[in-house]
Amino acid sequence: MERLKSNRAGKWLVQNPIWGFIVIIFVFFSLSNEYFFDMRNFQNILVQTSTIGLIALGMTLVMINGNIDLSVGAVVALAASLMVDIQSWEAFSGWGNWQMLPALLAALAAGTALGALNGIIVWKTGVDAFIVTLGAMLGVRGLVFIYTEEQSFFAMNFTFSDIGMSSVGPVPSLAVLFLIATVAVHILLSRTVHGRNTYAVGGNREAAVNAGIRVGPHMVVNFMIVGFFAALAGVTLSSQMGASTPNLGREYELWVITAVVLGGTKLTGGAGSIIGTFGGVLAIGILRNGMNLMQVPAFYVLVILGSILIAVLFLDKQLTRKGAEALKT
Amino acid sequence: MTEQTQTPALRLDGIVKTFPGVRALDGVSFEVRAGEVHALLGENGAGKSTLMKVLAGMHQPNEGRIFIEEREVTMESPLHAKAQGVVLIHQELSLAEELTVAENVYLGELPRKRWGFVDWTTLNAKTNEILKRLNCNFDATTRVSDLSIAKKQMVEIARALTVDAKAVVFDEPTASLTDAEKVVLFDVIRDLRARGVGIVYISHRMDEIFTLSDRLSVLRDGNYRGTLVTAETDEDEVTRLMIGRSLSYERNHEHVELGEVALEVRGLSCGSLYHDVSFEVRRGEVVGFYGLVGAGRTEIAETLFGLRTPSAGTILLEGEEVRIDSPVDAIAQGISLVPESRKEQGLVLGMSCRDNITLPQIGDLTTGPFVSNGAEVAIYDMYRDRLDIRSPSWRQAVGNLSGGNQQKIVIGKWLAMKPRVLIVDEPTRGIDVGAKGEIHNLIRELAKSGYAVIVISSEMPEVLHVADRVIGMYQGEIIRTFDAGEVTEDSLVQAISGIRADKAA
Repeated sequence: MERLKSNRAGKWLVQNPIWGFIVIIFVFFSLSNEYFFDMRNFQNILVQTSTIGLIALGMTLVMINGNIDLSVGAVVALAASLMVDIQSWEAFSGWGNWQMLPALLAALAAGTALGALNGIIVWKTGVDAFIVTLGAMLGVRGLVFIYTEEQSFFAMNFTFSDIGMSSVGPVPSLAVLFLIATVAVHILLSRTVHGRNTYAVGGNREAAVNAGIRVGPHMVVNFMIVGFFAALAGVTLSSQMGASTPNLGREYELWVITAVVLGGTKLTGGAGSIIGTFGGVLAIGILRNGMNLMQVPAFYVLVILGSILIAVLFLDKQLTRKGAEALKT
Repeated sequence: MTEQTQTPALRLDGIVKTFPGVRALDGVSFEVRAGEVHALLGENGAGKSTLMKVLAGMHQPNEGRIFIEEREVTMESPLHAKAQGVVLIHQELSLAEELTVAENVYLGELPRKRWGFVDWTTLNAKTNEILKRLNCNFDATTRVSDLSIAKKQMVEIARALTVDAKAVVFDEPTASLTDAEKVVLFDVIRDLRARGVGIVYISHRMDEIFTLSDRLSVLRDGNYRGTLVTAETDEDEVTRLMIGRSLSYERNHEHVELGEVALEVRGLSCGSLYHDVSFEVRRGEVVGFYGLVGAGRTEIAETLFGLRTPSAGTILLEGEEVRIDSPVDAIAQGISLVPESRKEQGLVLGMSCRDNITLPQIGDLTTGPFVSNGAEVAIYDMYRDRLDIRSPSWRQAVGNLSGGNQQKIVIGKWLAMKPRVLIVDEPTRGIDVGAKGEIHNLIRELAKSGYAVIVISSEMPEVLHVADRVIGMYQGEIIRTFDAGEVTEDSLVQAISGIRADKAA
């Protein structure tokens, strides 16, 4: 243990235990399944996890702030519905493929605006983000059903679904999008003033106020970012399916939070990283993909994922606790 | 000490309690007789609270013995202490607000029927009996959240009476009571005394101690300083025993060239917290605010830093009237506040030393959209050298540093903002003795280099050591302003007890 902490790589691993876990499951699935270790399969994993992954990037910021956003799943459905519906409006019928642009802008704007609304309510009322976004989760889902009249929409323009399946060179576009977004948010969090303030606000809100950080507007920005990414995820998901359903994105908030927490972000705020979140997203993706290839029935997969979540966090606690100083609880 | 005629209810013998870096109690011995009120005095940090926690089983002493009715005991936990007859009435009430009075009184020991159901009839009857003894006019089934603070305190006392209490410890019980409520409390305490309970009464307030106590003992710097019979002594003697001359601090006799007025406050009031406060601070000057907890000192600092809105009065910076609505405004105007509790209000403990120091000005340390690592490290290095911050690297999380180094980080953070006025609230709270001296020297040096500094402190030696002028506050009012040359400990004690200069002279 001490030796592990003494060298640099070991230290990094103690801070990001999820990557050690990824190595283990990667080796395990590579050895136990002939289809797993394959470039195509890796691309698959990236595409499959990109939806959860995009939202997790924004969620990481919100959770480091000490908040949470439970409404992301409903926002996915709303954005997907707007995306597929608006591009088929008659007003844009003569626009060719450009008819997707107003739909895309509307979907992303809706997600960002809902994020702003969540943030402003949390800021101005002081009600806990858990409650505010729980309300938003129910309310937005209701809006989706009202708006779609409980119908699924199908994209008439096949270019839209082609985009979801397209590749940039050998790599699927959605994987590229996810990787670019990951790098962008990583830089935002680790190198900008906004990122530094994100840690400060979550680490000690009172000290942040005393340091002259405008905590309320700061939190609103992060809610807008997660709203934006939820909407973007809705767009990519509908593109993959070439359709939208009002039930899209159910339980996504739980998967996203699982990934973020697996990646080492603390529910109490102040700690976390995009590298960790990326690891959490990949871990879930690899486990699902690997078990799927091994033909583990879907419900068993859930049981295993749930157990792993608890086990990894327990391990994290063991690795980071400060020996005898820790409070007995 | 007088010859024993009675068995002491409680006797301590050579109690030693150390914490990392501090010897909080250094061989404290004293005894409380059955049927007496024994006051315990000492300045903040003298070890009263630690002693009480040892008595109540919250801390285990490193050395020493505790006797109840001359039987040696160990206190393993608060519940264990209570079972043996020692009960602590906390300064901060620790009641479950949403439960009834009866449930609180018997919390953890609720009477049960078969199958583990609560025996409500017995519970409420027994509680009402105790409440009657205490002359309480509320019922066992009242919800605690519906009670006033004074009544909640009665509930705490009722708890003590569920066992055959040999000794009851009151820790600053009147801190939040009105005068009428105090009278009721004192009656209850006298009643307990008449029943033969030994009472330890901790308070800062001389008048209470002289009204209530039979004997008093004084602690200073973790040492026992002696026991006096209250009727045979006076405030002067007690004060001398409390403050003493042995403290290593020197009085501030420096003569500093004062610059122009940096901050002037005229008739500032904030609701019931403080009223009509006027003072000025010049460049090169340290102004000390001294007073008891609740005298309004911290609230004035919070107002100057934009955390409270004043109800009247004006604030002038370098002669110009300013409006300060938030810390953002205060920082922009050049006011910095090193807050009272650095861990809760000053530092982000999980962040690195460097990030904490640069936090308020991070927006100015950018190249393009990115924070400039070089600029940040340069600022950290500068203040590490200037303040002698001892940390293995700038990457070290602040939470891992000692209290003194943490405080230097907070001070460094605000110096880096080059403030026009620096306010330091309780500069050395929870800091070990060596680091205290360093912080004091630092404050003096800052003044010499031209800063206008306000120091708020509850420790008299500290104020006398660092301040050029001392402002004595009592219940939200400035009672008197002293120059360092003319201030005496007695006159300062009088000022913060509300005795004005004319009466004192």
